[in-house]
Amino acid sequence: MTTLSTPRSSALRNGWILTQRELLHWERQPALPIFGLLFSIMLLLMFGFLFGGAIEVPGGGDYITFLLPGMFTLTMLFGVESTMLAMSTDAAKGITDRFRSMPIHSSAVALGRCGADMASSVLNLAVLLVGGLLIGWQITTDLGSALVGVLLLIWLRFAVLWVGIFLGLTFRNPAATMAVQVLIWPVGFLSNVFVAPETMPAWLGAVAAWNPISATATATRQLFGNPTGITTAWMNDSALLMATAWPLVLTLVFLPLSARAYRRLRR
Amino acid sequence: MSQSPSLQAVGLHKRYGDVTALDDFSLDCAPGSIHGLLGPNGAGKSTAVRALTTLIDVDSGTARVAGYAVRTESRRVRERIGLVGQGTAVDDILGGTQNLVMFGRLFGLSKTQAVSRAGELMAAFDLIEAADRPVSGYSGGMRRRLDICASLILSPAVLFLDEPTTGLDPRGRNEVWRTIRRIAADGTTVLLTTQYLDEADQLADSISVMKAGHVVRTGTPVELKKQLGSDRIVVTVSDAADLPRVTASVHSHSTPEIDSAARTVTIEAPSGTAALLATVRALDEAGIEPEDLVLRRPTLDEVFLALTSQEATS
Ligand SMILES: Nc1ncnc2c1ncn2[C@@H]1O[C@H](COP(=O)(O)OP(=O)(O)OP(=O)(O)O)[C@@H](O)[C@H]1O
Ligand SMILES: [Mg+2]
Repeated sequence: MTTLSTPRSSALRNGWILTQRELLHWERQPALPIFGLLFSIMLLLMFGFLFGGAIEVPGGGDYITFLLPGMFTLTMLFGVESTMLAMSTDAAKGITDRFRSMPIHSSAVALGRCGADMASSVLNLAVLLVGGLLIGWQITTDLGSALVGVLLLIWLRFAVLWVGIFLGLTFRNPAATMAVQVLIWPVGFLSNVFVAPETMPAWLGAVAAWNPISATATATRQLFGNPTGITTAWMNDSALLMATAWPLVLTLVFLPLSARAYRRLRR
Repeated sequence: MSQSPSLQAVGLHKRYGDVTALDDFSLDCAPGSIHGLLGPNGAGKSTAVRALTTLIDVDSGTARVAGYAVRTESRRVRERIGLVGQGTAVDDILGGTQNLVMFGRLFGLSKTQAVSRAGELMAAFDLIEAADRPVSGYSGGMRRRLDICASLILSPAVLFLDEPTTGLDPRGRNEVWRTIRRIAADGTTVLLTTQYLDEADQLADSISVMKAGHVVRTGTPVELKKQLGSDRIVVTVSDAADLPRVTASVHSHSTPEIDSAARTVTIEAPSGTAALLATVRALDEAGIEPEDLVLRRPTLDEVFLALTSQEATS
């Protein structure tokens, strides 16, 4: 028998082990992440070339270069689905219960999810960035600004991670996952991702302008040097602030809610 | 047995809205024994297991497992228990070894330790040839054994198994039974829930029958059967006309029961095999050659049905 030394255990180490679980999934079933990437690329090509000619960007500019930062943003938002699905699947199969019956730190499960989903999102984003450059998208600013743009996208993904963990722990059935998958579309589309709010009816434009997704899309457009489709100065000026603040608010709300939902599994 | 129990629950209560899942649930399990928790659907078996494995908080009552209080020393408890829940809690995409290595490392083993422990367990539970295959391709019995392996990584003092053979074919069930017997033989206390009476009869040293969140009876399988009634001898003859001769020749405390259609005489036999021998001699002396002669003990099924329906009305 193996002699078992005093168990080493820290939340970070446990989180890292659970992140590795996801990496092993990729290795075992590469088809899944690859189809995920293909889906993003398909959306990119579809919207870029299908609507590219028909949609005009207020203030001028090429539609593809306007669209791409929006698509990056949308991809980060849609990450909420995979986070939620992963959480609820583990709960439904009793894997979460197994973890909870083990002497591991209570934050390990969330940390593992965080590591896994951030890794897959960064990969997804990298593929989209390269794909975008290949179909004519450009970064016209300096490397530093572009990097801040990428960080803002990842920051948004981090915020919706907690929304996904909360939802996955709270609604543990496939029907709830479906509902979120349906509800996420208006959140993503009632924004400035595809068209500039200025071209929308007034009320819709207002909704789209204040959508947290729009803030990240606009800020990254600015940071990549792409057209923003916004002609009002204050909105252009406040985009970076909003793109930082919105995810922060989401995180401040949903991280504690996630921790609470995890504790409430004991009820 | 002077050792303190490995598992002790006193007066656990747990409500879910209007449903009382545990109602003054109490249980004692002796170290190294297999204890069966038997009950129909919704009796509260899983709730009891979840409460004892720190997964849920009870509304009131206390429980100690492996020497520690479940509520206040949950981490210590978790270091000493293994849980095989209802439904297999292993990662389908990963291979068997990968699963065990992951759980081993989560339990605090180093990578090398986890790999060698996984190898030991896979070998001990006959999973070596499937070690690298994804678990999604395992048979039900193999998945269950892997699930059990995952809960044995730190050699737990108390192992909880929630309906470990539900959904398995007879072969898979036998594999799992053998596994459980071996674990108990190694000194681990096993608490096993089941809806199958033969399973409890086969495996458990003692059984608690549960109903509506409450333990209604505890005892060894033999004791439980005895409480219900004595053994009976059933004599079958080839010609119904012989039945009165049978009743006349055998000795019995109570009037033998005659079933002419089935051509049987049923005789109460509190002394079991001694009564059987006496009956054989009596029939021989009377020159009766029975078609069939069996000693019937009450089955646990009968005990179970009696307990779970009789207590319902009282
Ligand atoms: N999380 C929960 N929320 C609401 N009710 C619950 C919950 N868990 C259990 N119950 C209820 O408590 C009762 C006992 O359930 P439990 O799962 O413990 O029964 P069981 O004996 O394990 O049944 P089975 O043989 O079907 O597994 C049932 O009426 C069940 O509906
Ligand atoms: Mg159950």
